[in-house]
Amino acid sequence: MTAVLELRAATRTHGTGPTAVHALRGVDLVVRPGELVAVMGPSGSGKSSLLMLAGGLDASTSGEVLVEGVPLSGLDPAGLASLRRRAVGYVFQELNLLPALTAAENVALPLELDGVPGRAARELALRALDEVELAPAARRFPDELSGGEQQRVAIARALVGDRRLLLADEPTGALDSVTGEAVLELLRARVDAGAAAVLVTHEARHAAWADRVVFLRDGRLVDEARSAVGWTA
Amino acid sequence: MSVKHALLALLCEGPRYGYELKAAFEARTGDAWPLNVGQVYTTLARLERDGHVERDSEDVDGHVHYRLTDAGRRETRAWWDSEVTREAPPRDELAIKLALALTVPGVDVRDVLQRQRTATVRALQTHTRRRARLTSAQRDGTAPAGAGTTAAVLVLESLIFAAEAEVRWLDHCEARLLRTADPNGARP
Repeated sequence: MTAVLELRAATRTHGTGPTAVHALRGVDLVVRPGELVAVMGPSGSGKSSLLMLAGGLDASTSGEVLVEGVPLSGLDPAGLASLRRRAVGYVFQELNLLPALTAAENVALPLELDGVPGRAARELALRALDEVELAPAARRFPDELSGGEQQRVAIARALVGDRRLLLADEPTGALDSVTGEAVLELLRARVDAGAAAVLVTHEARHAAWADRVVFLRDGRLVDEARSAVGWTA
Repeated sequence: MSVKHALLALLCEGPRYGYELKAAFEARTGDAWPLNVGQVYTTLARLERDGHVERDSEDVDGHVHYRLTDAGRRETRAWWDSEVTREAPPRDELAIKLALALTVPGVDVRDVLQRQRTATVRALQTHTRRRARLTSAQRDGTAPAGAGTTAAVLVLESLIFAAEAEVRWLDHCEARLLRTADPNGARP
């Protein structure tokens, strides 16, 4: 099965010479459909850099990043932007929902930016909101939603349409522990339905929802945890 | 902990034989601590010797059922009425190991920390998956009736919180070590 995301000796260095900062050093990582991979590591270990490279929001200094088999280094800025909108969903701690748009309009926005006609985009957005059990809130504005509801809107936006790769950076940041777990359960369900996801977190309890937990230290992957016990009996 | 009080508590519900006690204990504690059936019978023998249980009827299959005596009921009551002591915790191998790794020359403490972190996260994954199975069975209505499944979920969550605390402690150890290594407090 083709990997949804592949990092091959991905390296990201900021600056040169003695003051260079090595954010990532030769990271190899393969994430397949139906797989949730969590990334843990201390502050400054390269977790967010890894996510930026995986999502095409930053370019590697050397090595290669492939999304759905496409090497990102071979894409021009327009091609990269198109791949990002079409294939990659992002959930960040800062939700970045647009306050002037309703929940449904927020979810439909990336589709419309990618040229999907308004009515079709709206239908897909409503379906995505229904999947996160927020269909009744479709016409409400972000400030009329609770923190947990806003996070579910952000997840619906990340997964709307046919996005196969979900990248989440501390997606449960501001939520209480029960709501946070519900977000993880939702992520897990989308992955079980065939998506691939990378979850950056410092919460071991959240990382435990992943099929694999990889550990970064000083820009290198140093270890991996994988339970022998499956999700179903 | 000894399983003595757990067995007494289960016998409060009525007479049971050894294997039934083992199965009931494991179901209610999320299979977190599997019991050896031999251990159950050894404990029952001791409880019988101490007058806390006595032999009841034998069923058609030849299983010997045990039931609580009044003394056993009082012993169980005393267990509910007392707290689990935390003042003199049992030796913690991990804390001892790290203390020695830090002070004995020639040990890479960060490697020791990472090896443990991986192992603890793996255990956390296992507990999380077991809990997910139970909660999805509850949602689908395939879990056994009664409070047993909820009890098992709570036990697994106790293990989840304990493992999470251990990972946080390991992270804290590493952060403190790095800070101590660099007196300016800068991150490497």
